[in-house]
Amino acid sequence: MKSFDYFEPHSLEEAVGLQQQGQGRGCWLAGGTDLLVQMKEHVRQPGLVINLKKIRGLDDFHFDSVTGLRLGALVTAREVETSPLAHQHYAGLARACTDFASIQVRNRATVVGNICRASPSADTLPPLLADDASLCIHGPRGTRTVALEGFCTAPGRTILAPDEIVTHVLVPAPAPGTAKVYLKHGRREQMELATVGVAVSLTMSRGRCSRLGIVLGAVAPTPLRVPTAEALLLDEEPTRDRVHAAAAAAAQACQPISDVRASAGYRRQMVEVLTRRALVQALEVLR
Amino acid sequence: MNQVINLTLNGEPRTLMVACHRTLLDTLRLEGGLTGTKKGCDVGECGSCTIIMNGKLVNACLVLAVEANGAEIITIEGIQRSALELHPLQENFIKYGAAQCGFCTPGFIVAAKALLDENPRPTIDEIRFAMAGNICRCTGYTKIVQAVDETAREMQENGREAL
Repeated sequence: MKSFDYFEPHSLEEAVGLQQQGQGRGCWLAGGTDLLVQMKEHVRQPGLVINLKKIRGLDDFHFDSVTGLRLGALVTAREVETSPLAHQHYAGLARACTDFASIQVRNRATVVGNICRASPSADTLPPLLADDASLCIHGPRGTRTVALEGFCTAPGRTILAPDEIVTHVLVPAPAPGTAKVYLKHGRREQMELATVGVAVSLTMSRGRCSRLGIVLGAVAPTPLRVPTAEALLLDEEPTRDRVHAAAAAAAQACQPISDVRASAGYRRQMVEVLTRRALVQALEVLR
Repeated sequence: MNQVINLTLNGEPRTLMVACHRTLLDTLRLEGGLTGTKKGCDVGECGSCTIIMNGKLVNACLVLAVEANGAEIITIEGIQRSALELHPLQENFIKYGAAQCGFCTPGFIVAAKALLDENPRPTIDEIRFAMAGNICRCTGYTKIVQAVDETAREMQENGREAL
């Protein structure tokens, strides 16, 4: 690791000020599980590292049945994994937080860090996107809220400016009759990057599917929501044929690549299998 | 850029001068003189640098030393009760032959300690789940899981003080 200057600001304003003084050459540090590896491998060589852990309010973990879930930038994957509230209302996200890396890493890695890393295979992104999550972003011109959809623009790239901080992720409260599933496919259960990830967030009302999010991970440059698959079930009775058709539409829509973990063809096939399985599991939860 | 950090290392207050880009792992080994915590992959994949920081299991290679200012750290050296008395986990690792080359062993024992602190009677699946971040390339995991399971059983019989 190359040397850098290190700061522990106590407010967002101070943090943004430090970043501006450093002319954007600074890196935010929350969990550090990605940043330290990138610095060791010289992928990133920041002039300064700005640790966000002393900023008050960034450890918020709050659920309200009307306003939904509010997770601060410092909330770790392990906190979500071990939260009964998360399991009850955000089962997909809780699963995603359980299925990544190891306990050692999950005790440090943050959900917001996983979002900002913008990895195509990020585990928390598909369930958050399927739930229509949004992000609070603090910068020199104040705070703005943006939809998570569109935040990631390419592998490792987001719309975030260097002097902006994602302070919170907001996830709407689930409507009655909602079930959520995240299925991660890999060669082993833990210490694995997703070969394919599928998140489903499904709401049933009077026997019909009234709201649906289907999001695919690791099969496109950024996590991919598939409206063409959702449309086949929305406002319909979720029959076996419609579930199968939606799974096929998801496979059609994805843009996988071949790499060390799997071929494009295998990934596409697994998208169909896992989408079908996720929809069936969600419907079983609601039965 | 250097900084002075104060931390509690295995129950002892320590003051160390560290470079800001130094990891906690290198600091423990080089400045702290505690070489029981091993440096394997150095990128958070092997678990050989596992320590307990403020009650949480972490990879010391993924923590900056400056982040440990004010922290309470337990390493493998802090788990052994005294120079002459091993921890029951260490006894059982020996009894079950759960170590071969021994490089991964400190990380496994620290991870097992954190598990049993949280869940004194884990199932076999829970033991395997809790150990997933630790990799052993010699023995396979069966004996390691047996050693942890046996320690939990002893702890149940002898009361919590066994740990």
